[in-house]
Amino acid sequence: MKDKRITLSHGAGGRLSRDLVEEYFLPCFDNALLRALDDSAVIPAQGQRLAFTTDSYVVKPLFFPGGDIGRLAICGTVNDLAMAGARPLGLTASFILEEGLLFEDLKQVLASMKGAAEEAGVQVVAGDTKVVEHGAAGGLYITTAGIGAIPDGVAITSAQAKPGDVVIVSGPLGDHEIAVLMARGEFSLQGEVKSDCAPLNGLVEAMLQVCTEIHSLRDPTRGGLATVLWEIAQASGAGVLIDEGAIPIRKEVRGVCDLLGFDPYYLANEGRLVAFVPEGEAAKVLKAMQKHPLGVEATVIGKVTAENVGKVLLHTPIGGHRLLEPLSGEQFPRIC
Amino acid sequence: MNPHKNQDEGKLASLLLEKIAVLADSPMRLMEVCGTHTVAIFRSGIRSMLPPGVELISGPGCPVCVTPAGEIDQAIALAKREEVILATFGDLMRVPGSKSSLQEERAAGSAIRVILSPLDAVQIAEENPDNTVCFFGVGFETTSPAIAAAVMEAGRRGLANFHLLSSQRLIPPAMRALLSGGGVKIDGFILPGHVSVIIGKAPYCFIAEEFGLPGVITGFEPLDILEGVYLLLRQRKEGRTEIEIQYSRVVQAEGNERARAIMEEVFAPCDSRWRGLGMIPGSGLVLREEFAAMDGAQVFDLPYEEVEDPPGCRCGEVLQGLIRPPECSLFGTRCTPEDPVGPCMVSTEGSCAAYYTYGRGAGGNER
Repeated sequence: MKDKRITLSHGAGGRLSRDLVEEYFLPCFDNALLRALDDSAVIPAQGQRLAFTTDSYVVKPLFFPGGDIGRLAICGTVNDLAMAGARPLGLTASFILEEGLLFEDLKQVLASMKGAAEEAGVQVVAGDTKVVEHGAAGGLYITTAGIGAIPDGVAITSAQAKPGDVVIVSGPLGDHEIAVLMARGEFSLQGEVKSDCAPLNGLVEAMLQVCTEIHSLRDPTRGGLATVLWEIAQASGAGVLIDEGAIPIRKEVRGVCDLLGFDPYYLANEGRLVAFVPEGEAAKVLKAMQKHPLGVEATVIGKVTAENVGKVLLHTPIGGHRLLEPLSGEQFPRIC
Repeated sequence: MNPHKNQDEGKLASLLLEKIAVLADSPMRLMEVCGTHTVAIFRSGIRSMLPPGVELISGPGCPVCVTPAGEIDQAIALAKREEVILATFGDLMRVPGSKSSLQEERAAGSAIRVILSPLDAVQIAEENPDNTVCFFGVGFETTSPAIAAAVMEAGRRGLANFHLLSSQRLIPPAMRALLSGGGVKIDGFILPGHVSVIIGKAPYCFIAEEFGLPGVITGFEPLDILEGVYLLLRQRKEGRTEIEIQYSRVVQAEGNERARAIMEEVFAPCDSRWRGLGMIPGSGLVLREEFAAMDGAQVFDLPYEEVEDPPGCRCGEVLQGLIRPPECSLFGTRCTPEDPVGPCMVSTEGSCAAYYTYGRGAGGNER
């Protein structure tokens, strides 16, 4: 590692991102709450349990079909809280503004944050701004942090998946990353795909209303479905068996993936979740999800097994099987 | 999103597998030449379904994998020049040269752009008249017509700042070299569908006529590949050795004459170095004399230096089908997709990466 530098792959959300955290950050800040490496830390506070999380947003371009950096900054942090089963209590937002940013763009981003916060039923209660010179921050970077209350009886972590659990996804995967990719215009791609970016706390509440025993919840952001499933399999010491034919992916998204040689299971989502639910509760939870506007297309994609501990096995539509590994670096378009 | 399609696919697959099982009464080693096939075979789990006697081995058909480190070094040397913007296909970014990769050079500040189509490089040249834009054009017959079209387009737009560093290769001469070498035992070929769209069937006929081996030009859906395997086994059963086209919904026997015409107008065949296979006569493409002003290799005076393979790296043998990736002692330990030693671990279409990503562990598909 002597002359090694940070490359974009360290930010792609796969194995290299995890190595970065485990080799550099964890040893430095090591503590029991951080070590869980879940979307939110759970802090005991005078008889209550609080979920606490933070995330930074550097998306390019600032605006894309279905959302913008402001909506993303609210949804991302609300969703990290929701994945611990927490109801958001308040958010903070820090802005790094680049010299030359148009006030018009800033206003639009702020309005979009307000809208997303209202959808989530949460307020931005503190914030900060800094301005950096032109060229230093891609226009605008946002960091949000959030705090939420975990209802009694709810204990959701990546380490809780158990053999027999049913794996449910809340809708088609990959829309967000493909929408952003197309909006960048780098690959002269055009299409109708809209980002799935949305606050998921309402959907999670609807799920918890019918079942407080949800074992694991994750929103498959960077690194995608494959990485999240792998992390849960590893943390829970169980195997995950997925029926590939059941994984919902839109035709347009699959088309772009075929063209670029991308694997859709590694694409980022910002308004989807993966739930691990006890077998007996799955039908109820699925029904509750499908009744919610953000879960209409929810579907079962697999189950947890006692075999293949720490691994994700995919059953292919032609009857074969293979392993699903976490993302290893940046996905690059292939040659042919 | 269509469960019925999946059910049908499953049924057709089991029918094909039954037929394959009947014909697989003795061992048969089939080489899939193309990296796209390798990945499709792994992703669909075909290796876990074939009868034990039918062995699939991966061939040299990954353009990134066969690009010698010396050519990566040339591209890096170019990218380091202040005035140069290097345009390249994405999966070349992580391929190690002798000292670094394009990805590391980009992190260190070089102007390197990942493009999807060669025409994007022409566009970059037009938008950056004060820079020299060099397109590092790696690829097989599938890509060459598009690179030729980009060269023509740059000429039409009068872009004096556009250059091509040609690192293109042709599949049939490499297959001849592989077979002439005699080191690898192959009983038949799953031939690349996309390359064949351009070149058609004739360039492969020497495989059957001179080497007495069957070949099937095959598509990339799992059912295509199973059918390709079945057709190869059927040829053996019926005592035939010929080149068949399974992928007939896309490939015509005569190929695409227009695409070949533009290739021939812009490029001439040349000898070319392949990683693992060495210098192969007539297996590369160089810009014709009329386009010399765009030829990056000539304009920039880039000396080629041979680079030894890293110690322990056996990509050369993997590319020839002589060993399977797990037989290399670096595989999965010192050499991983995150920190690759050899190019076969870099490209998503490389056999080592495919074995690593899809083929390890569960279910016994590490064959």
